[in-house]
Amino acid sequence: MEIEGHEPALSAWNIDVLEGKRIEELRVASQQPIADPDNWLGAELRRNILLTTVDYAVNWARSRSIFPLMFGLACCAFEMIATAASRFDIARFGMDIFRWSPRQADLMIVAGTITWKMAPAVKLIYEQMAEPKWVIAMGACAISGGTFRESYSVVPGLNRIVPVDVYVPGCPPRPEGLIHGIRLIHRKIMSESIGKR
Amino acid sequence: MTVSLDCEQVAKRLSQELPGSVVTVEKPAIVIRTERLREVAEFLRGNPDFEFNYLANLTAVDYLDYFEVVYHLVSLTHNYSLVLKVRCYDRVKPTVPSVVDIWRAADFQEREVYDLMGIVFDGHPNLKRLLLWEGFVGHPLRKDYL
Ligand code: SF4
Repeated sequence: MEIEGHEPALSAWNIDVLEGKRIEELRVASQQPIADPDNWLGAELRRNILLTTVDYAVNWARSRSIFPLMFGLACCAFEMIATAASRFDIARFGMDIFRWSPRQADLMIVAGTITWKMAPAVKLIYEQMAEPKWVIAMGACAISGGTFRESYSVVPGLNRIVPVDVYVPGCPPRPEGLIHGIRLIHRKIMSESIGKR
Repeated sequence: MTVSLDCEQVAKRLSQELPGSVVTVEKPAIVIRTERLREVAEFLRGNPDFEFNYLANLTAVDYLDYFEVVYHLVSLTHNYSLVLKVRCYDRVKPTVPSVVDIWRAADFQEREVYDLMGIVFDGHPNLKRLLLWEGFVGHPLRKDYL
């Protein structure tokens, strides 16, 4: 209900202006790519002897039951859907259900072009996911902006706004490519230690 | 498919009914005088010979000398289609009358054209950016953007 002569604090216009401000702030803050969390590659596994067996059990359980987030931004999403459907059958890797809520997911597959208007939502969803969490950038657009890199409205790479664990190249990558990416995430999980994370 | 009307004949009819409203006839389209657009739109929508009750598409083109706003009309009653255009020579604040109250479909499409081309639709109830965010500088589909 609107009261005569009383401007509501969040009128439709104010919401637009606030959104514009948030997007501009994020744009200014994300001019540089975030470093990839890839120090597990080739690094020697220095672990507490006592923890190794526990680690192994925990990592085995974690990597065999990843819950991906249902999250498609553009054309790449269809290859992700194909990966989940019967022919490529992602359930073989313990990923039966794509979760709709970021609170229940631990793998974010960003499939598609990220526009600046969508970027705050992507970042918010990433922040809403509980630790431990992993991110796959799927397709040329999510990796670097792809064909739209120079565009006025597209984020030139997902790593400007969130840290990325695995990049899956292609336009779009085939489901086999995405499965390869998921297997790399498994390897990364197996190299982690509960003592450190 | 719809039957596209012969623009020459429609233009002749328009000149009879609303003298001076037609600028010229291009092969597939009729160019209308900008300030007479609403009159022509109301006539084409209301006249039982045409009954263009559906605006299928509204877009704009930048020809550097002028902007052209394009209206694709369809008559669901007679299965006709017709293309109207209006031109606008001002680059600083190009203004075209809004047709939202004649065809509701124009609402979002006029906002999109305003967002990307910077054409102001006079009389639009909620003219603000649609695809880009508030605070974006410039209108990216203009030929002279960047
Ligand atoms: S990488 Fe190619 S397929 Fe994937 S979202 Fe971009 S354009 Fe579409």
